Amino acid sequence: MPLFMEEVQKELHAGLPDVKLRRVLNSLLLENPKDLPRVALFLKQSPKFRLDYLSSVTGADYLDSLESVYHLYSMALKRGPLTLRVRVPKNHPEIPSLVPIYRSANLQEREAFDTFGIIYKGHPDPRRLFMWEGFEGYPLRKDYQQEDVDVLEAADITWLASRGIAIPEDMKAKAAELAAAGKRALVGKPEKPRN
Amino acid sequence: MAFTENKTEVDETLRAELASKGVIWTSLDFLYNWGRRSSVWPMQFGLACCAFEMIAAACARYDIARFGAELFRASPRQADLMIISGTVTKKMAPQVVRLFNQMPEPKYVLTMGACAISGGPFIDGYNVLRGIDRYIPVDVHLPGCPPRPEALLHGLMELQKKIASQEILKAEWYQKGLKREFPIPELGPHGLVPKFNPEVWQPAKKDPRREHYGATILIGKKLKAPDLEHAAAVKPAAPGAV
Repeated sequence: MPLFMEEVQKELHAGLPDVKLRRVLNSLLLENPKDLPRVALFLKQSPKFRLDYLSSVTGADYLDSLESVYHLYSMALKRGPLTLRVRVPKNHPEIPSLVPIYRSANLQEREAFDTFGIIYKGHPDPRRLFMWEGFEGYPLRKDYQQEDVDVLEAADITWLASRGIAIPEDMKAKAAELAAAGKRALVGKPEKPRN
Repeated sequence: MAFTENKTEVDETLRAELASKGVIWTSLDFLYNWGRRSSVWPMQFGLACCAFEMIAAACARYDIARFGAELFRASPRQADLMIISGTVTKKMAPQVVRLFNQMPEPKYVLTMGACAISGGPFIDGYNVLRGIDRYIPVDVHLPGCPPRPEALLHGLMELQKKIASQEILKAEWYQKGLKREFPIPELGPHGLVPKFNPEVWQPAKKDPRREHYGATILIGKKLKAPDLEHAAAVKPAAPGAV
């Protein structure tokens, strides 16, 4: 019996011949992210698969590119999952939103935007989900640099001073030193990469 | 937790003799503290999974009512004790400090579980506060992940010991010029501003954790992406193979 994914690949090839697909492990990678809504709608409507439930939207960081991974199930036929991948360059991470087709994509796309910075074009409410408004950066990207929470910075010093809180001199000096060098207090990176 | 027990200066035999005649000889401090420690009202406030152990401690099996602390108040204005039961995320920290400020004096804080004490397993996370003691003073630290209800009761008894050791004349909340309004941190572009309140907490000069793990904390940032395209397909193990 052929794999579910192979069946889908064959059917997609017949139904949407201009969509380029590639197998990556046990998933299908769409070469062009713009094909995603078409493929999703086709799979949702095709009587053979009826993939009517989008279980998860996940972001992933592959250093030079970002990926959005979709897991589709069929509630009607009790089949699944089918894993779809879409890969976009890191400097221009735009993927069409799946919210018009699957409503369950709404919060999950917001989460992927929040943590990986993938922009879902056509999302009805493209705000951050977990982090607050005004937060800078995307914390689950591999190049995200976390702040060192044990070292006060210039912003902390002015904030504390404006509320009349006594600050030890060494902390003040450290903050001034960082500000003069134009640096932020960051968590150190490991000497050797973890692989 | 350092405290000195309140000891009476009255002779014990005299006291026992008076008690047998129906006369009670006591000090105002003792009476006052007895009343306070026997009706510690915690705030009804749970943050994470430790809250369920707190709920279990309030239920019939462990029965926190034996210690007079069964009235979980839904308002900080009526509460004496704040049990920080669970992970304090950076997004939640301003609200926790605000609630503590709204509690009337005398007020106490008990941190329950590893997360509330230090960040616990999430200490390297971008979103978790490394211990609520960065912003508000804590009376009892209760380690565990999560602490069992018995441990919470033990923590409450430790707090009762501390309450019993306090004196009205020396208690800080009756002194003039008491500064107990703690500034509420704000959500900044990279985390909380300020990162801690130096009047309440300061980083240790010696960091045993950093010493143990080396000069840097390994925060799991891989510098090489896995190659999915050329990854060998995982073959299912043959039946019977070990």
